[in-house]
Formats: sequence, structure tokens, C-alpha cells
Amino acid sequence: MTSLADNKLPQGARIAAPSALSRLMVNREWLGFWFMLPAAAILTLLLVYPLGLGIWLSFTDATIGSVGKFVGLDNYSWILGDDSFINATVFTIMYTLVASTIKFAVGLYLALLLNKRLPLKALLRSIVLIPFVVPTVLSAMAFWWIFDAQFSIISWSLTKMGLINHNIDFLGDPTLARICVIFANIWRGVPFVAITLLAGLQTVSPSLYEAATIDGATPWQNFRFITYPLLTPIIAVVMTFSVLFTFTDFQLIWVMTRGGPINSTHLMATLSYQRAIIGGSLGEGAAISTAMVPFLLAAIMFSWFGLQKRKWQQGSDA
Amino acid sequence: MAAVDIVNVRKSFGNVEVVHGVDVTINDGEFVILVGPSGCGKTTLLRMIAGLENVTSGEIRIGGQVVNNLPPKSRDIAMVFQNYALYPHLTVAQNMGFSLMLKKASKAEIDSRIAKAAEILGLNPLLERYPRQLSGGQRQRVAMGRAIVRDPKVFLFDEPLSNLDAKLRVAMRAEIKELHRRLATTTVYVTHDQIEAMTMADKIVVMHDGVVEQIGAPLELYDNPANQFVAGFIGSPAMNFLHGTLNLHEGTPHMTLEGGGRVPLGKVPANSDGRPLVLGVRPENLLVAEQGFEVRVGVVEPMGSETQVAAKAGDHSMICLIRDRMIPKTGDALKLAPEPAHVHFFDAETGRRIAVP
Repeated sequence: MTSLADNKLPQGARIAAPSALSRLMVNREWLGFWFMLPAAAILTLLLVYPLGLGIWLSFTDATIGSVGKFVGLDNYSWILGDDSFINATVFTIMYTLVASTIKFAVGLYLALLLNKRLPLKALLRSIVLIPFVVPTVLSAMAFWWIFDAQFSIISWSLTKMGLINHNIDFLGDPTLARICVIFANIWRGVPFVAITLLAGLQTVSPSLYEAATIDGATPWQNFRFITYPLLTPIIAVVMTFSVLFTFTDFQLIWVMTRGGPINSTHLMATLSYQRAIIGGSLGEGAAISTAMVPFLLAAIMFSWFGLQKRKWQQGSDA
Repeated sequence: MAAVDIVNVRKSFGNVEVVHGVDVTINDGEFVILVGPSGCGKTTLLRMIAGLENVTSGEIRIGGQVVNNLPPKSRDIAMVFQNYALYPHLTVAQNMGFSLMLKKASKAEIDSRIAKAAEILGLNPLLERYPRQLSGGQRQRVAMGRAIVRDPKVFLFDEPLSNLDAKLRVAMRAEIKELHRRLATTTVYVTHDQIEAMTMADKIVVMHDGVVEQIGAPLELYDNPANQFVAGFIGSPAMNFLHGTLNLHEGTPHMTLEGGGRVPLGKVPANSDGRPLVLGVRPENLLVAEQGFEVRVGVVEPMGSETQVAAKAGDHSMICLIRDRMIPKTGDALKLAPEPAHVHFFDAETGRRIAVP
């Protein structure tokens, strides 16, 4: 064997000293930076610019057709006094909390179920994914039909069973409409939670359960002391995404109710769209959108701290 | 502590039977090693003792009680897994105390039992660490600590050393043996490494293709293998097998090798003139001798205390260990003869041992 030191250059040979730039190009510390540049450029173009423009618009009285001028916080003070904005904000929070909680519970339950030895496991897993695969607009339209005032299949079935004698106006009653859109959101969001948690479950070595079983753990204790703690990192990621998606939801509401009846199902996103694009008040709509940012940041911060490496994940693999 | 009885145990996965009626008696306090090549059913048998697999038929008794239908936790056993199966989110101390925590033992009792086990295994400085922060050998020790804390009737080890490097393995071997001497708990240990079996066991169970080939003390298996499989499996380097025909009438008793060569022998089985059989000779019993059969030297591996020589006689390959400093060269011709008192005869068809009067 020849060691590296034996591979000397011929005597007298000289390598030109590399320039500062070419040294930076190969420097390990900088390498990551170079690789990130293209992505950063795309993100700047597609994310930072629109976000910045949106925030700027919220400080102007721009409407469709006029550039508008800077009006400071006028838009914000206006929407804070607007009941429909307050209602939309409250409903958005409620929508997110209720839907995310139920999505988590149902998703975790499905994941645990699908992680067991089941006949036709692969088929069941694909079936669970269906709501996620169907385009949201399509499933929203299906739900619109299901909850339709005249043609609802639910009303029809209940009538045929003789349980009711007139159709239920699912999307016409504010409370019922809210329940319906939350239900649709849950239906749509559960597969993401279930499949991701299932992936997490599969990283848990079966021998841990065997060891725990020998140590005397009941199935519930297996879940409580092994599965749940090992799953927390992935739960944090999934729920962050789930909360962000739910909070910014638009399609479901827009297709099913357009925010009605009486603005009861408006989310901040739909309200913003209605004010800015339909109503033409770009400044006001932008202010509503921008008002979502603090909530989203709070959600991200929450998971950021939740995602901090736990003590047991630290340390080397050695 | 308890005896373990395995009575005509069978195990099938679907239509495939992997354990075909195994009987093993493990006495109280005994260190028994199940050894065999991969796929021989040894791990399945261990998992059946642990209760992680159902027994298809037959009976497993721990301390006289049939445990076939008892869940693992009611069997009072502790198991050390091949990959250690330490709970990654718990500290060493929490790992060791896990079973006691589930039993709702008092904090004081948990602490004192952890301390005792940690003392035995030298784990005291590591108690607050997480598994990730430990080396392979330390994890191994924690896995044993978790077993010791429970003070079970039976310890089960599933290839516990196979993830360690060679040097650590030798050290842990001695440590486990010492631990058994100290605790005197009945131990069932699975390995594919016959050296582990030889060095640690009170009793070895050699398994092959789901059946028990032989049960006995290490040296008993070494000196009197019941068949060609055990003979070839136990001992390293492995026993040499020479195929040929016994010849008792042309001069001294000898074996005529297939393809030529005359192996001089001492005592031979009765009524065996002209019988085709397999001669088994361990490498250290194959000596350089004037009267021997001729071989061609292949690879020579001097190891200081002895020299391992690969040799060929016709189609027969063999290994011989030379203890004195006579180091042949590759390509040399050499004459070898087995020590007459240390040859084994096996039936050429069945592989069974043929007794010598």
C-alpha cells in the first residue's frame, strides 16, 4: 500500500496559489451557501416579493385600477372596527383549533390501526389517502352537493328512513354551516396526518415493543411510554403543517359557502379575497391578509420550540 | 431461578414448520447456549420461551409451570436483544427501571435496584446518559442491566454480542460468564458463534434445520460429536473430513482416500472392511509424519503460537495446525497422518458417528 504522503509531486513542480474566490468556492463552510443560492433566488422572487408587496399594499388605499397612496395604519384601524373581520378572525381560530385537534386524534388513530398487521393493508392505506389525492375543489363541490339544501343525500336518506320530514338546510344555518365546513376540512386533512404519523410509527423498532412487553407493559403503556414519546418530533412537524394549512384555508370555504350565510363561515383568507378582488379594495384586503401573519408566526414559533431537539436525540451515534 | 423444560416443541409459520419437535431440559442455574447456523430455529425457540412467539405444539415449562399461554410479563423472564432495544428517549437509569416503574414499585426500591445492577455492571457514571451517547459495549451492558434489575427466573440472550467488534466481544464474553457465576440465574443464550458457545456454556444445544443435533457439555461435543454436522460446526478451524474406504487386510489398517492416498489408522470400527465412510480429523490432530499420506501445501498462515496450513491431497482439502516451528512453504510436498486416538468415523450416507470399540 502507498500512503497519501507517498504521492508527492515531482520535484520542482508548483501549484499556483488559488485565488480568494476559488478558495471560497470549495470551502466547506461556504459550500452550503453556494448550493442555497439558486433556491434563495427563487424564493425571493416568488415568496418575498409578493409578501412584501402585500404588506406594502396594506398601508395604501389602492383599489383595482388605482395605485393608491400611503395611508399608514388606516386600513388596520378600519378593519379592527369591522365586525365581519373580527368574526372572521374568531372563526378562523376556531376552525383551526377544532379541525386540527380532530384531525390529529383521528389521524393518529388511523395511523395506529394501519400500523397493525391487517389483511389488505396496502389497499387500506391507499384508501385512506384518497381524500388527499382528490383535488380540493372537487371534494369541496362534492360536499356542497352533500350539504345542499334541496338535493342533500343526507336529508334524503334521513327522510327515507322516516327520521325527518323536511330537508335540513345545512349550509343555510350559520352554526350548521360552520360544522359542515369544519367537517369537510377534517375529511380532507386526516390522510396527511395519518400517513405521516404512520411513516413515523414505522421508524419505531418493533424490538422496543417486544422489550417493553417483556418488561410488563400493557398495550396502552406501550403507546404511552414508547410510541407517543418517540413520535413527538414527527407530531410537531405534522401538526405545524396541519395548523398552517388549516389557518390559511380558502378553497373549501369558497366553493362550499363563499363565506356565508351572513358571513358566518368567512375565514380571514376568504374575507381578504372578497374585499380585495371581488370588492376591489386592495389595501383593505391586503391588511386582512397581513393580519394573518402574526398568527402564523405564532404557530411557527410554537412548533419551533416544540421541535427543538429533545435531549435524547442529541449526542453522537458512536 | 427456575428450570426450563422444552418438550416436543414445534413451530410453524403458515405452512412452513421451522422447529420440528425440540426437546431440551435446562436445569436450574444452568447456562445453556443454543447454537447453529442462521435459519436453524434457535432464535424462534428463544422467542417462544420469552412468549414473543406462540408455540404451535408441545410444551414449554418454566419452574414446572406450563407457560405456553402466559403473556411474556407473567413468565418472569428478562431478555437481552441483539440490537439491545434500549428505549432511546429514556436515560440509562430510566431504561433499567422501566419494568419496575410499570410495576409501580416505590421510588426508593427502583433506585436501590438500579444502583445495585449499575454497581455489578460498572454503569454508575452513565446512569444519566441517553442510549445515543453510549458506545456499543456500554449499550450492551445497559441492556443486561435492564435484565438484571428485574431479578428474573430466567435470562434470555438473543445473539447479544453480534453487534460488537471482535475485541469487545471477547471481553463481554468473559463478563457475561462472570455475571452468570455471580447471579447463578438460569440462562438461555442464542448465538451462531460456536466459539461463544464453547467458551461460555455449561451445556450446548446444537440446532440445525429446526432439529436438535446434539446436546452436551462443550468438550463432550468437541470430543464426541454425534454426527458430521456437529463435528464440522464445533471447533475452529473446522474438522477435516476425508472420504474413502476402510482397508483392513493390506498391512496395517488404513483408509484409501477417494482419488488415491493411504491414511494410516489405529483402531477402526468393527466389521468395516471395505466400508465407505467419512474420516473426521481435527486440524490439531493432523500431524506431520513419515508414514503419512502425501499432500501439497497451499496457503500457510503463521500465527506465532501455531501455524495453520491449508493442504490438498487430490480433491481433498484440509487444514492442519502445526504447533512447532516447522513452517512449510506453499507448494511443498508434506506427509500427514492423523493421531490414531483422535479420529472420528462417520457413516458416508447418514453422517452419523460410528463408534470405535
